[in-house]
Amino acid sequence: MGQTLTRAAQWTTSTSGSGKLESTSVNESLLKEILGFVEDFSSKHPEEAALLFEEPLQWSTTLEGSDFKTGYDIRDSAVQSHEKDGEGQPLLQLAPPDVSVRSFSQLSQLLHLAEDRKLKELQTCLEENRDPVAKILGPSFAAHLKREGARPEVLSPEEKMTQDDSATDSNTKIKLLALIQNADKQILSKLVEEITKQAELNPTAVKDEVELLKQRCTEGEKKLLKSLRYTSDFEFSNGCRSPLWRQALGEMCYLVIEPCDCETLYITCSIAGVFLNGGRTQEADESGYEQTSDVYEDLVTLLRSRSPHFADNINNQVFAVQEPLSTQKIQHVELVDGEEQGQPQRSSEKQEKNVHEKARQQQTVNRTGGKKKYEPYLSKAEEKKPRKSSGEKKRLEQGAKTKMKTGLPVSSPGRLSSQKNEAEDKNPRKSSGEKKRLEQGAKTKIKTGLPVSSPGRLSSQKKKSSAGVCGEHFSDTSSESEEEEEQQKRHPESNTDPLSEYWQIQKLVKYLKRADQTATVLVLCGLMDFDLTNEACQIAIRDAGGLEILINLLDTDEVRCKIGSLKILRKISLNKQIQWSIVDMGGLQSMVKNLDAREKELKALAAETIANVAQFHRARRAVRHNDGIKKLVKLLDCGPNSTNLNANLEKDVEVARCGVLALWSCSKNTKNKEAIRKAGGIPLLGRLLKSPHEDMLIPVVGTLQECASEENYRTAIITEGMIKDLVKNLSRNNDELQMHCACAIFKCAEDKKTRELVRKYKGLHPLVSLLSKADNKQLLAAATGAIWKCSISMENVVIFQEYKALETLVGLLMDQPDEVLVNVVGALGEFAQIPANKATIRKCGGIKLLVNLLTKSNQMLLVNVTKAVGICATDKDNMV
Amino acid sequence: MSAMNRKIIKALAETISKKVEHNKTETECLIREFYVLLGEQVSPGKESHGLDKGRFRGILHSMFGMTNDMMMDGFRAFDKDSDGFISLEEWIEGLSVFLRGTLDEKIQCYRVYDLNADKYIAREEMFHMLKNSLFRLPTEEDPDEGVKDLVEIAMRRLQDTYHDGQVSVEEFDEAVKEENLMLEAFGTCLPDASSIEKFEQRVFQEQLEQ
Repeated sequence: MGQTLTRAAQWTTSTSGSGKLESTSVNESLLKEILGFVEDFSSKHPEEAALLFEEPLQWSTTLEGSDFKTGYDIRDSAVQSHEKDGEGQPLLQLAPPDVSVRSFSQLSQLLHLAEDRKLKELQTCLEENRDPVAKILGPSFAAHLKREGARPEVLSPEEKMTQDDSATDSNTKIKLLALIQNADKQILSKLVEEITKQAELNPTAVKDEVELLKQRCTEGEKKLLKSLRYTSDFEFSNGCRSPLWRQALGEMCYLVIEPCDCETLYITCSIAGVFLNGGRTQEADESGYEQTSDVYEDLVTLLRSRSPHFADNINNQVFAVQEPLSTQKIQHVELVDGEEQGQPQRSSEKQEKNVHEKARQQQTVNRTGGKKKYEPYLSKAEEKKPRKSSGEKKRLEQGAKTKMKTGLPVSSPGRLSSQKNEAEDKNPRKSSGEKKRLEQGAKTKIKTGLPVSSPGRLSSQKKKSSAGVCGEHFSDTSSESEEEEEQQKRHPESNTDPLSEYWQIQKLVKYLKRADQTATVLVLCGLMDFDLTNEACQIAIRDAGGLEILINLLDTDEVRCKIGSLKILRKISLNKQIQWSIVDMGGLQSMVKNLDAREKELKALAAETIANVAQFHRARRAVRHNDGIKKLVKLLDCGPNSTNLNANLEKDVEVARCGVLALWSCSKNTKNKEAIRKAGGIPLLGRLLKSPHEDMLIPVVGTLQECASEENYRTAIITEGMIKDLVKNLSRNNDELQMHCACAIFKCAEDKKTRELVRKYKGLHPLVSLLSKADNKQLLAAATGAIWKCSISMENVVIFQEYKALETLVGLLMDQPDEVLVNVVGALGEFAQIPANKATIRKCGGIKLLVNLLTKSNQMLLVNVTKAVGICATDKDNMV
Repeated sequence: MSAMNRKIIKALAETISKKVEHNKTETECLIREFYVLLGEQVSPGKESHGLDKGRFRGILHSMFGMTNDMMMDGFRAFDKDSDGFISLEEWIEGLSVFLRGTLDEKIQCYRVYDLNADKYIAREEMFHMLKNSLFRLPTEEDPDEGVKDLVEIAMRRLQDTYHDGQVSVEEFDEAVKEENLMLEAFGTCLPDASSIEKFEQRVFQEQLEQ
């Protein structure tokens, strides 16, 4: 919130000290964004929401005691929350009109209570707490947040250490800090989007001018300027380099120019024109944004007025410059095109071969470079533009230019360092900003032959995506509420110092950005040494931009890098947030591509990771849209089931197992069920159902029971003879497997044929035996469900009676969750069709228990209870 | 090719194929390939030194796309008798590991990393092999820091049991079996699956057609 509030919000200037938020459209949408963030905060991030604020947020509220309901002590007009801190102080206190709040959970609750006044409440709160983040996290954390462009990783360890006594507390704080930062960025980028709708930021003109001038910085006597660089290498997708909140003010980028004959100039390029600023350099200080000169229409005009040398020379040169530059560009494109078509234009034979190779490698570079997936998230309008081709072209130009400028014969990829040095000697403009970096990056890639993006680009993607991805994250979770119910996996924190781990991981991820194949694999091994199931480690990898790199690695040709990357991804993707991020980055697409790899280990890992990621609707859909279901089904074909396998077959079985795991995750989506069926998955699942291994059977039966909601599958389960295997596995001593089997029978036994088959294969007794596992409610619900459906056939009821099922069922009428009760009562209704059973129910005290259940509110349950009671009532003795 | 030579090659193939993963026909193909590469008149009977280092590197580069200069010293792993030449038998045995090797055989690529052939991979050797594997940033204070960290990761993985700063073949073996990715920890020294496929296709198919 920090940046958003202090910079983007439009405050009235007021002498009284506490400013008001002007009622502008910007402020209004800003408030709405913040509201959305705060309101959903406690449901999305319960752990962070519970963190105590360093200082309470206090403001005068319009809420009164009567607005507060459960969870609060209301005495007269004063209100205190039941929720208290360690010292017994309530987290929310109201003494109208003053309210004081000390945690996010209370804050969001309060906003919920305020109902239609919540926007107003939030506004007052922000107006009276001009620096909320400082109050929430304490001043030093907030100071860090304010530092422009700062991210958790740049916070020095000492700084953090001094803040907190306990490591876990600080860990939560870091997470909270990251959350706030992300929200901050997200809100800002939305804001910029909104503003740019009104006033177009057009950095292209500036960019062209800068490029033009850069050309003239190097050449000896003729040079116009000593140097010229951007203050930031990071370019937003809209082409701007200034921080988002400055973009909101119409500023696009900052330049540092050293003219030949006067002092260094610090320049701001904004929509209004260019002007000198108070010395904005790379350091993230806040001063220096202010305008210190007139506004000029373009850079050349400004430079002319400042540097006589420049003015003298530009007249002779500028046209001469422009001409060759434009033709040059065209040539580059052609040159590269030629190379791509395999027509190297070099004369010497040796070079020819190398160029060829280079062109080939460059293609891979371009492939990964061109289709960067994160760009579209900042602006929806831009999303539809054919970015890929333009991006690719730009890259080609740059790549080609490098070659031309350095004038080097393209050396063999083996001789890396020499080429680099030589190139740098000839090109002593190391600092000239992003473009140069890109060039160098391209060179590195070509040299190492590993198409990982250049450092410059990567870091930019990192920032871009963290803003974009979170945007998606927040908006989507709120729209798919049913997904939120899926349990977020939390892992116990390890005992090692979370902070030092955080820094180590950050460091390793940074190495990844500039590592060749060998180093990449080693660094990946290094990352695997961490406890990747620990949430702090997972977040550290994400924060450092590691996800992008890991996913990019999946698109390379390096099998070992891919395997290493997946070994990490499969673990960290147990984290809900990481799953979202992976999907947003198009990671599933890259994983699906690896499903038909040559290497079995790679296939298995890719499938396993997909299984972990496909935990929500959009992810499952993405798998299908990328043809993943077909590929996964193909993995299931693994030859005979047998206990003793040779190493090779064992690998096939492992591939199949991971494939089923992925299908299982995907099968929670109806269209995917259909896709699995169409891809011929059912017979393959049927075959795997005969496997002797429980770790295979669980996902297989899991998938089957998930899909048994569809008529097609229920029929197929019977025709493929799977009931027999399902019944067989009911007797295995594995709760999860038994649960899925019972569940599958539950779903299929609506069908008469199934009920007969269950009886035929002696499945009724195992079902009754499962009733003894009353501790496992899921299992109990599945077993009672299967019994209920099977008891629709009277022949089955007779057999159930042999095992005293009825008595056990009546015993389950108390203290069970609704899912179990619905099934138990349903079964009783069926059992009671036989007159003798009505008496049994009475004798076991079932009537009273059934009648008690009439007070329940679960509709399904009520239907079954009334039905059961109705049938029992036909026995006169029961009416007494 | 004379009938005489053909006979000799067949006989050679018969003996050698027993020691390696390849069958007789394949071995025969590899023998032919060897002589083609040697560029000499096919005369198996004649005493020949075999492939020298330079030529061997050329082969690794052109056939298996291996480019890392230092790692192209796979020569040492091939040249088992260390006479500076790769003989026909060494060639076929080496290729057998390259193309069909089991993990245990591949672990022998350890020899490539043991730069001074003292049976240990020392910290310094690791450093030397890894020193160009990270693209250097011009702003870096200690340009070696990254490489040192890489060496630390490797040492941690390779479980230097005696903490003597060097890794024995047993330690290497153990670490690779725990995490296969450590196999080529210090540089690519084995061909990848696609170039193997290409090579097999070319050598085995082509010659069968003849």
